[in-house]
Amino acid sequence: MSSSTVAAPAIRAIDVRKRYRLGEVEPYRALRDSIGRVISAPARAAVSLVRGRQRTRTTPARDGYVWALDGVSFEIAHGEVVGLIGPNGAGKSTLLKILALVTDPTSGRAEMRGRVGSLLEVGTGFHPELTGRENAYLSGAILGMPRAEIRRKFEDIVAFAEVERFIDTPVKRYSSGMYTRLAFAVAAHLEPEILLVDEVLAVGDAAFQKRCLGKMDDVAREGRTVVFVSHNMTAINQLCPRSLLLVGGRVVRDGPTPEVIRTYLESAAADSGERIWAEDEAPGGGAIRLRAVRVRAASGVTGDVPIDEPVAVEVDFEMLSSGYPTLCVNLYLLDASGTVVLSTVATPGANALPERWFGEPHPPGFYRARCELPADFLNDGRYYISVFLVTLGPVKIEAEAREAISFNVFDTGSMRDPGQTQWDGLIRVRLPWTTERLDTP
Amino acid sequence: MEDLPLTVAEPRQGWSGFGLGSLWRFRELLYFLVWRDVKVRYKQTAVGIAWVALQPLLNVILFSVIFGRLAKLPSEGIPYPAFSYAGMLAWTLFSASLSQASGSVVANKALITRVFFPRLIIPIAGVLAALVDFGVAAVLLGGMMAYYGIAPGLSLLAFPAFMLLALAAALAVGIWLAALNVQYRDVQYAMPFLTQLWLFATPIAYSATLIPERFRVIYGLNPMAGVVEGFRWSLFSRSDPPGPLIGVSAAVVVLLLVTGLVYFRRMERTFADVV
Repeated sequence: MSSSTVAAPAIRAIDVRKRYRLGEVEPYRALRDSIGRVISAPARAAVSLVRGRQRTRTTPARDGYVWALDGVSFEIAHGEVVGLIGPNGAGKSTLLKILALVTDPTSGRAEMRGRVGSLLEVGTGFHPELTGRENAYLSGAILGMPRAEIRRKFEDIVAFAEVERFIDTPVKRYSSGMYTRLAFAVAAHLEPEILLVDEVLAVGDAAFQKRCLGKMDDVAREGRTVVFVSHNMTAINQLCPRSLLLVGGRVVRDGPTPEVIRTYLESAAADSGERIWAEDEAPGGGAIRLRAVRVRAASGVTGDVPIDEPVAVEVDFEMLSSGYPTLCVNLYLLDASGTVVLSTVATPGANALPERWFGEPHPPGFYRARCELPADFLNDGRYYISVFLVTLGPVKIEAEAREAISFNVFDTGSMRDPGQTQWDGLIRVRLPWTTERLDTP
Repeated sequence: MEDLPLTVAEPRQGWSGFGLGSLWRFRELLYFLVWRDVKVRYKQTAVGIAWVALQPLLNVILFSVIFGRLAKLPSEGIPYPAFSYAGMLAWTLFSASLSQASGSVVANKALITRVFFPRLIIPIAGVLAALVDFGVAAVLLGGMMAYYGIAPGLSLLAFPAFMLLALAAALAVGIWLAALNVQYRDVQYAMPFLTQLWLFATPIAYSATLIPERFRVIYGLNPMAGVVEGFRWSLFSRSDPPGPLIGVSAAVVVLLLVTGLVYFRRMERTFADVV
């Protein structure tokens, strides 16, 4: 046991591939479909024989397969905290599921040294009829914590979740915040050597998210290995010194997090100032679809905006069925490091103008929402826009395009006096200044 | 660094055994899943746990009135309520475990797609959860036998074996249907008809002696025929043990169980992708 000097990594993935049949995206299939397939299979086999058996990867092949992961290899050392980022459908969740042994790779292999704990969703295994106490034990058992260990940590879990008074109440009576806190608290007290975390911080209020981040930070400090999937670039930046960028089922970048995030944002967004989606690739569902996002300055649609001109963001969307009175457009503006500069939404309370369509059912057709950012507001640099179409009530995302477009704000020198080189800060606002003399002459 | 256990994720090919070792390692999870099913079952009902006793009782009353009184079915000299209740006891154990087990994998979709554990735990937990109800219903039968003055003989010692046979039968059919249900939701719509048909094909309201002697071995192909007759024999011991019938039933159960395990183990690799 002594000769080997190189420590084995905590996680080693070797050419991991995962293929899904396109039909598997559907929830299930009925027996008659399968019978139909058996009947049509000889015909299809003949066709593919004639055409020759050429299969292309990553793109949906003629025979209805997609490669969610297409040859992923990497190594993660013990105690490393690694972020996994990439656009939707890049294979992040699939990779996590393979590492968590939930599903097998189609080929390739991944080796994990140490107990693996996975936190793929907050509240996995919670039952609404059971009390907080009962769910803590049940959820612990499901996540792989022995009963004795849960008993030992029970006080800590309850204290972290701040649900002491309701611990013997069925969780169906909990507020969603309490529910999330308890669920996260159980998971956060897992002590595996390798922890896989998928986007759990996307839930809960801001204060709790902060505590979750803090807890994750502790976990990392204790020398455990963490793989963390998130769309929250700020969280990734804060927690993970190293990140992997996954696009189309491949690792396209592996390195220090700030660099990887920059690569991701640059690659993800169109920088012509406009992005238009064709009918068959438009984000959204059967009722609402995003069709275009563009940035418009005084000169027209552009990817380069002078710092002293207002910028309009236009979002075109299509309603395929009527209704959705609470539909509104939600924009996120990110800077080059992934930090959210601002988010804005077209609800009456957050809108400086009266909104004609808020509270009105939307008849089918095309719509354009427009939001104006003032001149002399953003600092110079590159910015990214994420667009969400949401309905309120419980907030539900109907369509989303993260980092859909980017634009560059360039300095025209309008606020600059001779000799001044650089402005610090996320924003650069012309503010009203006055100076008065306090002692009377 | 101390020696850490190595886990490997790779494609599984061919036969990988029944995975009984990993079942044992996850026994605590099995315990919690059974406990959850039992705990949750009668929540938010007015009479609560009394449903456990009420269900078989109502069935017996129904049977006694319709078949015992109106149709005057023979009951091997045993008071008809006790006779039919014994059959009902076996049947309820079977059908409750079966319905829990067959829908279990789909019902636990959230777990299957997010956490790793031996998938067989899910249908097994479904089957075991039905044992609690069975225990209560069995006590009820004891009371009924005391009331009618029926004293069981030595054959009562064989009772646990028949109970196991009923559970094994439910597990065998349950894992077949649970795995099929993942791919084909047709299963859950066909289930009520399957159970009803099976109920009529099982000697609960009537005695297996109604079946002509020469067909009785074939009748054993219905594994529940063997279980119910076994229950009656071990409880009342009025006749010779229905050996051939039980033998055939037990063989069918073993066959279904082994093929079911093979099928389930084969299909479980894609559960998380398909369910």
